[in-house]
Amino acid sequence: MNNILNQIGIENYIFLSVILFCIGVFGVLYRRNAIIVFMSIEIMLNAVNLLFVAFSTYHQDAQGQVFVFFSMAVAAAEVAVGLAILVSIFRNLGSITIDNLKNLKG
Amino acid sequence: MSTILIIFCVLSAITLSTAFLTIFSKNPIHSAIYLVICFFSIAGHYLLLNAQFLAVVHIIVYSGAIMILFLFTIMLMNLNEQREVYRPRITRLGAIVSFCLICLVLITIFINSKPIVGEYTSTGEDYQSIKVLGKILLNEYMVPFEFASILLLVAMIGTVLLSKKEKLEK
Repeated sequence: MNNILNQIGIENYIFLSVILFCIGVFGVLYRRNAIIVFMSIEIMLNAVNLLFVAFSTYHQDAQGQVFVFFSMAVAAAEVAVGLAILVSIFRNLGSITIDNLKNLKG
Repeated sequence: MSTILIIFCVLSAITLSTAFLTIFSKNPIHSAIYLVICFFSIAGHYLLLNAQFLAVVHIIVYSGAIMILFLFTIMLMNLNEQREVYRPRITRLGAIVSFCLICLVLITIFINSKPIVGEYTSTGEDYQSIKVLGKILLNEYMVPFEFASILLLVAMIGTVLLSKKEKLEK
């Protein structure tokens, strides 16, 4: 299995990650529901992780995979705190449509 | 076409289509389920790249923990599709146009960077088994590893503090 990138090619992984990242950006711009926006952020994080692993295989260096491990830990912490914030927003406003969060607009 | 290339194409198609369905489905629970399928196919990509440890950790952390958290939050808020208000048409058009432009720019950049990336040569040494990863993680990256645990502890305390109901003043 060591010659996996000979058969697929690193550029296919680059294109896959780029399209996945763009789908994440699109979701953030397109939807109003804060939970779906959160899921889009997860998709973006995963696109970057996938590219990290692909280039870690390409350079045959384990440090990329260690970095992905840390970014997973950070993503887990981020999701926990973010969902807690969403729950408290829902308690205060009764909905999680992000257009309602205009209190700082003045 | 070799077998591996066919597997890669099928996995990529599943990943991209479920990612799109996550964004477009009206019910948030359906979105979460599609996102689980998307994460599983990304774990399949990791297995294809022979990163077994990351594939297992990805399934446990993302498909397990994070998605359970998402589903619980969605059920806690009792969201259904009738409550969803859509953005005005001009904003949606802007989102689609910016999606196409970002795709175009990034793909063009990476097509032009192909001569820099160069060809792949395999040396055949072991660099991504669990044994090697564990040695690297607990030798070179010992301090960040411990800080990650502190980060998770702080996140846990913050979550409890944020989602606790405030006491009414008497």
